[in-house]
Amino acid sequence: MHDRDPMVVRESFRHMLATKIIPRFVLVLMCLLFLFPFYQMIITSLKTTEELNTFPPTLWPHTFVWTNYSDAVKYITFFRFTLNSLILATGATIGAIFSNSLIAYGFARIQWPGRDKLFFLAVATLFIPFPVTIVALFDIFAKIHWVNTYLPLIVPAFFGQAFFIFLMRQFLMEIPREISEAARIDGSSELQTFGIVILPLLRPAIAVVAIFAAVGAWNDFLTPLLFLNNEELYPLSIGLQFYRSEHNVAYTLLMAASTLVVLPLIVLFLAFQRFFVEGVTVGSVKG
Amino acid sequence: MTQSTRRNLRNGLLFVSPWLFGFLTLQVYPILYSLRMSFTEYSGFGDMTDIGWQNFINLFKDDLFWKSAYNTLYYTVLAVPIGVVVAIVIALAMNQKVKEVPVYRAILYLPSILPVFALSLVWVVFLNPKFGLLNRIANLAGIPTVDMLGDPTWTKFAIVLLAQLGAGGPALIFLAGLRGVPTEMLESAQIDGAGPFRRFFYITLPMITPVILYDIVLGLALGLQIFTQAYILTSGAIGGQGMAGPRNSLLFYVFYLYKTAFQYTQMGYASAMAWVLFIVSVILALSVFRWARTWVHYESE
Repeated sequence: MHDRDPMVVRESFRHMLATKIIPRFVLVLMCLLFLFPFYQMIITSLKTTEELNTFPPTLWPHTFVWTNYSDAVKYITFFRFTLNSLILATGATIGAIFSNSLIAYGFARIQWPGRDKLFFLAVATLFIPFPVTIVALFDIFAKIHWVNTYLPLIVPAFFGQAFFIFLMRQFLMEIPREISEAARIDGSSELQTFGIVILPLLRPAIAVVAIFAAVGAWNDFLTPLLFLNNEELYPLSIGLQFYRSEHNVAYTLLMAASTLVVLPLIVLFLAFQRFFVEGVTVGSVKG
Repeated sequence: MTQSTRRNLRNGLLFVSPWLFGFLTLQVYPILYSLRMSFTEYSGFGDMTDIGWQNFINLFKDDLFWKSAYNTLYYTVLAVPIGVVVAIVIALAMNQKVKEVPVYRAILYLPSILPVFALSLVWVVFLNPKFGLLNRIANLAGIPTVDMLGDPTWTKFAIVLLAQLGAGGPALIFLAGLRGVPTEMLESAQIDGAGPFRRFFYITLPMITPVILYDIVLGLALGLQIFTQAYILTSGAIGGQGMAGPRNSLLFYVFYLYKTAFQYTQMGYASAMAWVLFIVSVILALSVFRWARTWVHYESE
């Protein structure tokens, strides 16, 4: 070892530092910072109220109060809210799959005059903030008696969403044109080509859209806040506010409930990680 | 127009018709409808009363309007660059040959798909001066305890911190961008004696400028519409009224718009606010894209 060129040794150490040690340090530090809030969420959900109020805060619960979880689901109508969230997520997901695959097909695989201009317009709508329309939408939905129903939360999903259209279009553009040509020569109509030939190939993109639509609906706060004011219709996002009143917050129960809300998403993520990553990076390469 | 073009036009329009219908009824019509409402006084019940430009005139004399615009601008100007830097740092670290990257990637990406309403509730606990862990960590580093949600100078920064939990998404996009930087280019620069910083600023950074643009545009859009975090961190309960954080420091534009329309039932005035937001968003998007021409690098150039 001692006769190795010191320049080479120093260079390889610097190389190690740049490619292994510093990146690891940064990533571990970041992961810790990202995990701390969730660590606090979980330990708080297992503490007694007395222990929560001790100072300095304990980093590990003295006794694990698992009953916080059963108390939390009784404190509010937790199962009702969960069911409502599931109904909304299912509706939004079905709508998103149905509409966006059709729309993206029209933008990607049929050649027609004006197509690219309309597609540009669809993408441009991404820059119009949703809150611009909320006042008018509320008044419109109130006039047709849609307020306090799930219609304003589910029906729009059946008309497509610019980001999903973009994502599916990217995917459809990569399917070779000859596949459609062959179907057309065999006498298939456009709808048959779409349903029989293209749709089966589109499955991975449908999975991505389905996952993002479901997560989006589960996470939505503003839309249900706007259009629902009947407690029985609330999804979890709104229902969770009931752990807090003007003067009192049931912190331990609130954190138990937050853990329960987040848990299905973590499971979904671990099961379908590949689709999540694909959904995030699809536009970036060419966009 | 040949027969096949006509058939394609008909089919194409049929396939995109759900979008076209949604675009007209859920975007174009509401925007025009709110333009109409913005010239009226309207409570949501009864008739609209025409009052001309009065809403817009009042808006420019409304201290809370300026306050909310200032808060939103303050937050966005702080959150967007910090978000870009955090995402790039994570992406650069993940781009190295560290074999357990999938573990880090899962941990760092996961929070970005969790609901903002739940993260905000966690933030109430995490930032609490008495039992929150954030202050404990800060104390370890010698930083004194701060009640971030109770002190108006810190409230917006508390939300900027919260937004960083979403950095995993943009980091993955940056990572995809970094993987596209040709290694031969970096290697030849290294042979020519360029250090890691020079290589980053002269080769890597210019090549990922399209992703930076994408992240800035996304960050601006999200910053302008910030609402849920402020709503949850300030109102103790559903329909909680009163101040939006200490000294209204969390009264963001959309939050004020929401309060105006649905708590004070001034739908006409809120519509005027919506129109101002619409115009500002369009101008901002156009100017960012124009500005981008001076620094975004495209392969074809």
